[in-house]
Amino acid sequence: MIVPLGHVFLLAGLIFAMGLVCLVAHRNLIMTLIGVEVMMNAAAIAFVAASLRWQLMEGQAFVLFILAVSAAEISLGLALVVSLYRRTGSIDPDHYDILKW
Amino acid sequence: MTLYAVIFYLLGVVILTATGLAITRRQPVHAVLYLIVAFLGTAALFFLLGAPLLAAFVVIVYAGAIMVLVLFVIMLFQRSPQELRLLSEWGPATLLGVIFLSVAVAMVLKDDRSGIVLQGAVAQPRDFGRFLFDRYWLAVEIVSILFLVALVAILHLGKRRDTDEDEVNPVRNPNGASPPTAEQRSIISNGVKEGHR
Repeated sequence: MIVPLGHVFLLAGLIFAMGLVCLVAHRNLIMTLIGVEVMMNAAAIAFVAASLRWQLMEGQAFVLFILAVSAAEISLGLALVVSLYRRTGSIDPDHYDILKW
Repeated sequence: MTLYAVIFYLLGVVILTATGLAITRRQPVHAVLYLIVAFLGTAALFFLLGAPLLAAFVVIVYAGAIMVLVLFVIMLFQRSPQELRLLSEWGPATLLGVIFLSVAVAMVLKDDRSGIVLQGAVAQPRDFGRFLFDRYWLAVEIVSILFLVALVAILHLGKRRDTDEDEVNPVRNPNGASPPTAEQRSIISNGVKEGHR
């Protein structure tokens, strides 16, 4: 007897919305990646709650794969940011205009 | 209200506060430090919801490896971009989040089955591992291929190009790699110039 399922989903939804705001509002590519991480964290919480609700371990297996994908995503994203910084000297996406004619 | 419920709401408050502080910081270092607190709270929440192995993985992978990686990458950059804190910049994003959140809340509250109280259960690490490699061994292999692909891509992206030094001082390194073409040079210098604007 822990809490109703809806409360866990509301918590996950709140965290997801925060990640969405962080993703859209910041002008720093690292903060954008952090927003994606927060959103994935919220999805993992929802999966674990669903796994407990239906008493099935599939949800937890999915969380493991979410973890793996998020680790690959953040490392590749950071490598891209470093590469962009070397090329352009900035991590503000507004400064990326080397493709402009 | 049982003890478990009290722990859940406390953890929820901790996670929400830490995440809210993290996404509003202007310095990425502070954001990462707050985010570590949020991930540790998430790990405790997983433990409460009966996933001890996932709790350990979140502490090791998220709070340990990924956040340290982000911290090291932040140290590579000299300065953060100029952040805007105007309402016109944060307003649309917040509006988007509020709309999404209100729809989600309405959907959760409208469904009668969301009031079902969770029954405590624990997936023992041994059972979970056995289940994973019994039913989802192919997905585990695919994830390992994903990591290999990511590794190759990161090595390719992180390789220092010789053109970076050659562009600054092309004469100093006559025997080195081939100097960049005029096209590449103009692109690089343009990029650097624009970046320092």
